[in-house]
Amino acid sequence: MNHFELFGLPPRFDLDPALLGERYRELQRAFHPDRFAGVTPQERRLSVQRAAQVNLAYHTLRDPLERARYLLELRGIRSGAGGGQMDQEFLMQQMEMREALADVRNRPDPAAALAQIASEAKRMRNAVVQQLSRQFGEDSERSLAAASQSVNKLMFLNKILQEVDETEEELSG
Amino acid sequence: MAYSKKLIDHYENPRNVGTLDKEDRNVGTGMVGAPACGDVMRLQIKVNDAGIIEDARFKTYGCGSAIASSSLLTEWVKGKTLDQASEIKNSDIAEELALPPVKIHCSVLAEDAIKAAISDYHSKQKQQESGDTDREEVA
Repeated sequence: MNHFELFGLPPRFDLDPALLGERYRELQRAFHPDRFAGVTPQERRLSVQRAAQVNLAYHTLRDPLERARYLLELRGIRSGAGGGQMDQEFLMQQMEMREALADVRNRPDPAAALAQIASEAKRMRNAVVQQLSRQFGEDSERSLAAASQSVNKLMFLNKILQEVDETEEELSG
Repeated sequence: MAYSKKLIDHYENPRNVGTLDKEDRNVGTGMVGAPACGDVMRLQIKVNDAGIIEDARFKTYGCGSAIASSSLLTEWVKGKTLDQASEIKNSDIAEELALPPVKIHCSVLAEDAIKAAISDYHSKQKQQESGDTDREEVA
């Protein structure tokens, strides 16, 4: 049973976060180990396994990047390898953003410079998530190949945002 | 994890950091990235009329192994022909720097980068040639 089947949801990129949360709470209740107090050790073990699968499925489906990677995996497409095949312009932009991030401390207002990088990265991330929605919606061989490129981009943008957080901590510390 | 002296030396004193003019027809630029770790690498070569790489520069945002791999590569390709440079394998880099297994992908990234730079240089030369023909036809 894959994660979507477990949650009774169609295997799509676009999903209703409220419905996902609702199903999660239902499944959590259904498989909570406390409910299996009087059962055999084997049944109990099974319920613990199920509860773990429910958690893993929820965390995979909740996150756009993990959800996209999982959908591609279900279709037999590996993502995240990168290499020389990536969008050159995007990589160039990534390098500029990393340069700007490294230079933040030398700016007259480091916090403002950092906030600008963060908002740019978030804007780009939202745009990539929208692209993913279109690419999975089209569901062709070509659009899924493009989706795997979008996944690569999302991984880069998450990394930038993680470094923004780290820099923020260093600045305030 | 113990890193080799060579690796640490390239990381602490990276060679040939910088940029070459991207618009120069004799400069090839390779941009590669590793999504899993967010590493970005830019490797540039300047090729003279004899087809020899006379200069190489790099800029890498990533871990120490990625920086050392690209630094070493710029040293290696200088003075080589394009064919010789394209024969450099990631395993050569990994061996020279004694990269630990979990960092082998950094040397793969460097190999991808030099290949991308060479291919960018070739496509620029082709463009230039067809540009020349166009002009002759006009004349």
